Amino acid sequence: MTLFSVDRLTVAFRRYQGLVGEVDIGCLSDLTLDVVRGEVVAVFGASGAGKSLFAHAALGLLPGNAVVTGSIRFEGERLDAARIAALRGRRIALVPQSISHLDPLATVGRQLGWAARRAGRKGFTAGDAVAALDRFGLDGAVLARYPHTLSGGMARRVLLAIATLGEPDLVIADEPTNGLDPDNADRVFGYLRGFADAGKGVIVISHDLSAAVASADRVAVLRDGALVATEQAATFREDGGAGLTPYARALWRALPQHAFSGVAHA
Amino acid sequence: MLEARGISFRYGPREPLIVRGFDLAVAPGEVVGLAGPSGRGKSTIARLLARHLRPTDGVVTVDGAVVPARGFNPVQLLSQSPVFAVNPRWTVRRIVNEAWTPDADAMRALGVRQAWLDRYPHELSGGELQRLTILRALAPGMRYLVADEITSMLDPLAQAEIWAALLAVVKERALGLLAISHDAHLLGRVADRVVTV
Repeated sequence: MTLFSVDRLTVAFRRYQGLVGEVDIGCLSDLTLDVVRGEVVAVFGASGAGKSLFAHAALGLLPGNAVVTGSIRFEGERLDAARIAALRGRRIALVPQSISHLDPLATVGRQLGWAARRAGRKGFTAGDAVAALDRFGLDGAVLARYPHTLSGGMARRVLLAIATLGEPDLVIADEPTNGLDPDNADRVFGYLRGFADAGKGVIVISHDLSAAVASADRVAVLRDGALVATEQAATFREDGGAGLTPYARALWRALPQHAFSGVAHA
Repeated sequence: MLEARGISFRYGPREPLIVRGFDLAVAPGEVVGLAGPSGRGKSTIARLLARHLRPTDGVVTVDGAVVPARGFNPVQLLSQSPVFAVNPRWTVRRIVNEAWTPDADAMRALGVRQAWLDRYPHELSGGELQRLTILRALAPGMRYLVADEITSMLDPLAQAEIWAALLAVVKERALGLLAISHDAHLLGRVADRVVTV
């Protein structure tokens, strides 16, 4: 059953033009996408293609001048702003992009405590916090540490721990492996896969096509704010991507492990 | 030859060493890859080589001499996020011309369009802006480029195009290039040899 879907989602920003005129600048047009339980869907696009806009729209985090049309549904129920706000942090969780989403002045333990309260978990103890970190291979000593002392890989796992405290049904991860080396990136993707295997739905936003293909069941390809294709991840791997739509195939072939767009160098 | 001999770096006397006794030599016309997990000081090495930071110990030289603190630096750094390497209040023309005035051939080689020059940085995409920071770095006195994850934010098509253009210039002008990346496949494509930290 479809856990989460967006139908013809369009986002524009209203700006003033001249003194009295207004103009809507379209940034995301007619995006239709769904995710079922047990599935990882990757949303791939270059910077500026509209990936993060999609995530922010799905979570109701767009600024006031955004004009959003189309519908967003969770378990079949059409969501309005108030309903998204009620689900956010509980049944729908965001794993944000970078360490800058942690409070630099609070220890990891305090931030876990705040997240537990937001997620509505009563009687959250130090033992629960240790268990939450342990799920992501971090030991209890991390509770007393401040964000700037964490490596990029550790910080990402702390963000995962915070996002999943409320046992969400849908996890949206925005560039979860940006800046991580391959070992740490694999590890993060392994956790996301694990969420899906445990019956959650996962949306991974990524500009790393090979990682998206390796970790997801389906890959949605965004270009200039529009969805140009939704491909099965397996289609990329079969026959050099011969079955892909042209833009997806061109992207895939341009990877350095493939044709690198014909760049000839020893 | 661009050389680092035994360079170490720490931010303060009581801070841990981020780079410890690192040696490297890049010859003119050579493309060297630098790989390694996060947190091993790759970006710090890049900044030390381009003199954005001074080593706590050891020395960085070009042809055996330390680069003077004033004047154009023959070692230029290219970074992952070009938007942080340009003045947001300047037009692109002014940004590039701060280093040199490229001719039409230089612009064409990198796929830079004349129309971009009158825009401001935020009016260009990440890939377009990265081409411009490369163009800026190609000033006549530049001999070594340090490219720190310059295409990791870009889509594969933009990545392949930028590297094709950059490698052509490197070859034509016999520049030395240090390419830093997490992507072993990319380094396998562009580098003559790969150093791992």
